Amino acid sequence: MSLQLTDITLTYPDGEDRLTALDRVTLDVPRGSLTAVVGPSGSGKSSLLAVAATLVTPDTGTVTIDGTTTTGMTRGDLTDLRRHKIGIVFQQPSLLASLTAAEQLQVMAHIDGRSPAGARGRAMDLLDAVGLADHAHRRPHQLSGGQRQRVNIARALMNDPTVLLVDEPTSALDQERGAAVIDLIARLTRRRATATVLVTHDRAHLTVADRIAEVHDGRLRLPAGAG
Amino acid sequence: MFVAWRDLKFAKGRFALMGTVIVLITLLVGLLSGLTAGLGRQNVSAITGLPVDRIAFDAPGDGQQLSYGDSTVTEEQWRRWAGTPGVTGAEPLGITMTRATAGARGAGVSVFGVEPGSRLAPDGDRITERAAVLSVPAADALGLGPGDAFTLAGQRLTVAAVQGDASFSHTPVIWAGLDVWRKTAPPTGDDGGPAARTATVIALNTTSGADVPAADQAAGTETVSRTDSLSAIGSYTSENGSLQLMRGLLFVISALVIGAFFTVWTVQRGSDIAVLKALGASTGHLLRDALGQAVVLLTGGTLLGTAVAAALGAVVAGSAVPFVLTPGTVLVPAAVTIVLGAVGAALAVRRITSVDPLTALGSAR
Repeated sequence: MSLQLTDITLTYPDGEDRLTALDRVTLDVPRGSLTAVVGPSGSGKSSLLAVAATLVTPDTGTVTIDGTTTTGMTRGDLTDLRRHKIGIVFQQPSLLASLTAAEQLQVMAHIDGRSPAGARGRAMDLLDAVGLADHAHRRPHQLSGGQRQRVNIARALMNDPTVLLVDEPTSALDQERGAAVIDLIARLTRRRATATVLVTHDRAHLTVADRIAEVHDGRLRLPAGAG
Repeated sequence: MFVAWRDLKFAKGRFALMGTVIVLITLLVGLLSGLTAGLGRQNVSAITGLPVDRIAFDAPGDGQQLSYGDSTVTEEQWRRWAGTPGVTGAEPLGITMTRATAGARGAGVSVFGVEPGSRLAPDGDRITERAAVLSVPAADALGLGPGDAFTLAGQRLTVAAVQGDASFSHTPVIWAGLDVWRKTAPPTGDDGGPAARTATVIALNTTSGADVPAADQAAGTETVSRTDSLSAIGSYTSENGSLQLMRGLLFVISALVIGAFFTVWTVQRGSDIAVLKALGASTGHLLRDALGQAVVLLTGGTLLGTAVAAALGAVVAGSAVPFVLTPGTVLVPAAVTIVLGAVGAALAVRRITSVDPLTALGSAR
């Protein structure tokens, strides 16, 4: 398994009490598979994603990324792990206004201490993979919402992650463009063998998922037989 | 600097505005530094040019400060210093300000009275009771050359030589004999006694073997280094202090403006920083990037401002404006502006450390 969440409990302070966002959640995602996590707003979907992305440390339970358990790791170690093993597709494309589409991807090499110029070829390959090779020199304001989201996806794959975490990628897109983005994520999951978790509240495009997990009040419910 | 460079190019307007502010502040600091040095030189160059290491003043009364204007030393004090072990040179020096005229031209001058043949004055061996050495500014002001006659406080003198650019308290210096100085500024009377043969201070050359405190006690003087004696020039202390205060405030304003700009800039970039952190950028990497951006802006603006200040300084340095254009007056303020600006920027961008990458996940709690 490339992503394993084992018996995760996460609580947040809520006045004098604590609110349970995730309640003993266990989820295993193998490479090359896409697990969709659905549920109503406030059910715990994004908390699940935040824990898997190592951005939040759970109260109890363990997170294992590509065989590495994150328990006890320093913030710096977690940052390194995120940089090398985890790709994140944000709900909003969150592209940097001053960078072109190609540079949005090259920045991943830069933050890894490598030459952005040396990563140009891979960036162009990935932009080609998401159908934006012709838009490499465009800045975010010169791209449509769907194109920005595809750059967002390509950026998440730039460092060849084993885990791909996708947060509501269609929330700002119409049905047609949303479907295209979901299809793209599914194709890239299989082609690049990532363990993909897709968080969404939109059930319209979930036929491409290998399995669908539902979250209600912090509890994860998987289809029978799923781990 | 990958993102920082592109931000600089992308947000041209904002950075150009900030860069212009830095250029203007640096220009102001550069001009003020050159002017401060120029005014200072006009005030003290006659003292800093003396080939001595210490100056002995008549010991001031309780609560009084050393002052070239108030000090009067006697021949007895001078003799005592001259005989002190470890003192290799002790010469009386009289200082006063008066007016010199030559034909229809007149100018305020400082008269430095020395013994004929004194090494304190340039061409001191040409100074007599009837001949004086003029500094170039004094000769220019009076329109005089060697051999010409002029009047100094009613005394008819000839120009023995024109040498140096010594100034004291913003007036050009005329080196004259002590007798001429005494008639120009009669100190305490003219009864022929020891009090009549006085000077303002005693210029000393000492070795490490000189027991200065003991000699001061014995002679009734107070001796300070030549550099420290500059604070005994009242006009220099107040003028230099005011200008240095202005310069210091400009440095502080510069650092605060830079800090304010980068504080706003960092806040505006908060979401970008959160995304980069979530993608795996370390806080140290982001801090280096942001600080590098600030240093590029600071260095560019400061160099441009300094170049303009140096160009303007070169233009005015040859005029009546007392402006000194040296590496010290140009490069040192530039370096201080960059360092203090970088400190301001560092304090501003440190808020990068508090940006939570979790905020990049829009709907995360």
